[in-house]
Amino acid sequence: MDIFDFSEGREGYYGEYGGVFLPEILQATIEELLECFRECKADPKFWQDYVALLQNYSGRPTPITHLENLSRTLGGAQIYVKRDDLNHTGSHKINNVMGQGLLCQRLGKSKVIAETGAGQHGFATATMAAKFGFDCKIYMGAVDVARQRPNVFWMENLGAEVIAVEDGQKTLKDAVNECMRDWVTNMADTHYILGTACGPHPFPEMVSWFQSIIGLEAREQMLKQAGRLPDRVYACVGGGSNAMGIFQGFMNDDNVELIGSEGGGHGVGSYMHSSRLAYDDATVGVAQGYKTYFLQNDEGNMNETHSVAAGLDYIGVNPIFAHLHDQGKVRFEAATDVEVKEALKLTMRTEGLIPALESTHAFVTAIKEAPTMGKDQIILINQSGRGDKDIFTIADALDDAKWKSFIGGKADQYRGEKN
Amino acid sequence: MGLQHFIAERKQSKDILVMAHVVCGYPSFEENLQELEIMAEAGVDLVELQFPFSEPSADGPLFVHANEQSLKSGTTVEQCFEFMQLVSARFPFKVLMMGYYNTAFKMGEAAFVKRVKDAGGVGYILPDLPIEESPELHRLSEEAGIEPIILMTPTSSDKRLAKLGAVSRGLVYVVARKGVTGSKTQMGDDVLALIERCREHTDVPLGVGFGISTKEDIDVLRGHADIAIVGTAALKTWEQGGAPALREFFAELMA
Repeated sequence: MDIFDFSEGREGYYGEYGGVFLPEILQATIEELLECFRECKADPKFWQDYVALLQNYSGRPTPITHLENLSRTLGGAQIYVKRDDLNHTGSHKINNVMGQGLLCQRLGKSKVIAETGAGQHGFATATMAAKFGFDCKIYMGAVDVARQRPNVFWMENLGAEVIAVEDGQKTLKDAVNECMRDWVTNMADTHYILGTACGPHPFPEMVSWFQSIIGLEAREQMLKQAGRLPDRVYACVGGGSNAMGIFQGFMNDDNVELIGSEGGGHGVGSYMHSSRLAYDDATVGVAQGYKTYFLQNDEGNMNETHSVAAGLDYIGVNPIFAHLHDQGKVRFEAATDVEVKEALKLTMRTEGLIPALESTHAFVTAIKEAPTMGKDQIILINQSGRGDKDIFTIADALDDAKWKSFIGGKADQYRGEKN
Repeated sequence: MGLQHFIAERKQSKDILVMAHVVCGYPSFEENLQELEIMAEAGVDLVELQFPFSEPSADGPLFVHANEQSLKSGTTVEQCFEFMQLVSARFPFKVLMMGYYNTAFKMGEAAFVKRVKDAGGVGYILPDLPIEESPELHRLSEEAGIEPIILMTPTSSDKRLAKLGAVSRGLVYVVARKGVTGSKTQMGDDVLALIERCREHTDVPLGVGFGISTKEDIDVLRGHADIAIVGTAALKTWEQGGAPALREFFAELMA
């Protein structure tokens, strides 16, 4: 099936989800973007340039690693991991960003803006802008700025202006709103590099297209390395771009089960989570330019969300997943903050891998299910990002005394320099 | 009496009408009423009652803050409709619902139209709902006799304006410039040229908004637009100087 074939239904719709819900002032801009994207997608040379750029700049193709120790420890399915954490800037976000950078060149625009949650997308965008010579502004919720300082540090040093958004919940959704406000003002010379497969059409399709490189590589690598396709593929789902990326490699393989793992936060019934599809708290609504499942109240105002992983802490899910969930094509589970910390410790100790807190959500679900599967079965996890960026959050979670003493010492040193 | 008819009637004695704006529940419904009394005294012709939304992505900082604070103090959609009913019964100006589409979507389009109508509203402005997504809502509105207000903008091509014009009813909201609500617009030839372009594509009255804050701005529009739309400037005045300042603001604006 081709989820992006709109000839039977409405352009930009996946079942009843998706669409374009934007102020009229942006109609011409989104039309221009759609037209340019259609040209790029139809041009084989564009995709070749894109792949070559990622090979030369970001280290693609990223490898697949067989986790023999973890598989043995769990005693079930053989676990393989797609290593998108090995990309330049440390996550899959660079794929989409490089693609949109090339597209921005075709559009002839000189400025880029982006929202960021965990900071990975902002970091990747700042990197791309430095390489391509675009002016770059990153909008980031003030809460996220506070918890992801290392990424802010890099963005600023790469030449981007980072703007802390003080409205609303001061997280990812508020950064998206602020990007929209910038875009309705500066669309003539500015392209909005949306970081996930959400927002108005064509963003869900476009971001998914760029991220499909993960799945294309992974399918081929599994056949070569494991000798066959995996039985199950796991990916974490915030907006859902890394999951869309890897799942597209297996969308037409009926024997491969696709599992998305959402931010379970404090768990079912806590109302402090970011789980739109795995839990029953989300309903269909329209916000931030598209129609999908949102964590909102009966009147359509958005609820507070929470996840230990800033990159999953978001109100909506991409409209393609809302549809694939309805269709039963993708199964959704949630991983709680507590489970994530445990899975991270296990993965570090048994395999020497440090997945990002976001990606660790996929590990949680896989680790739960692997022991229930046969030793001859195979699962594939998308390690979409690396955990180094989370050192402050992880050190807090592990309550690491030596780290705290180091930070205390650094703080004293900085205070001393100030005086 | 339909919106277009009301505007035509009012225009017999004035060369330009004024539409004002309040955010329901901010700073409070009581203060909203005081603001509206001042607006009515000054002879304001139309008022947008904005229903607060958690993601007001088309609004500027002042209205964003107002939306947020109103929701924080517990404002509900039901309260906004009750307020609309009270206001439309008490004052001579006509009342429009303004807000974001999710408010209408969540209650159901048919229920939304019925509530606006029952509360005495003559129409609604949903800036994040493009015409491609609204045929059903427009049909329901026509049946009920209320008007969906279409926006025309400086980035709209002639082809687009023709499309927008074809479905316009009641009045058209001409967005004077790019950007969000609240920053200053240089009222000049660009805006007048835009109004002329819009006029070619619709027969309904034209209201011009975004960045209108002074009598001078309105003077520029006089003879070109039918309605001047004043939003942020009034709220800013209220926040800075309360009732006396707002009274003075409208007295000067509409002198």
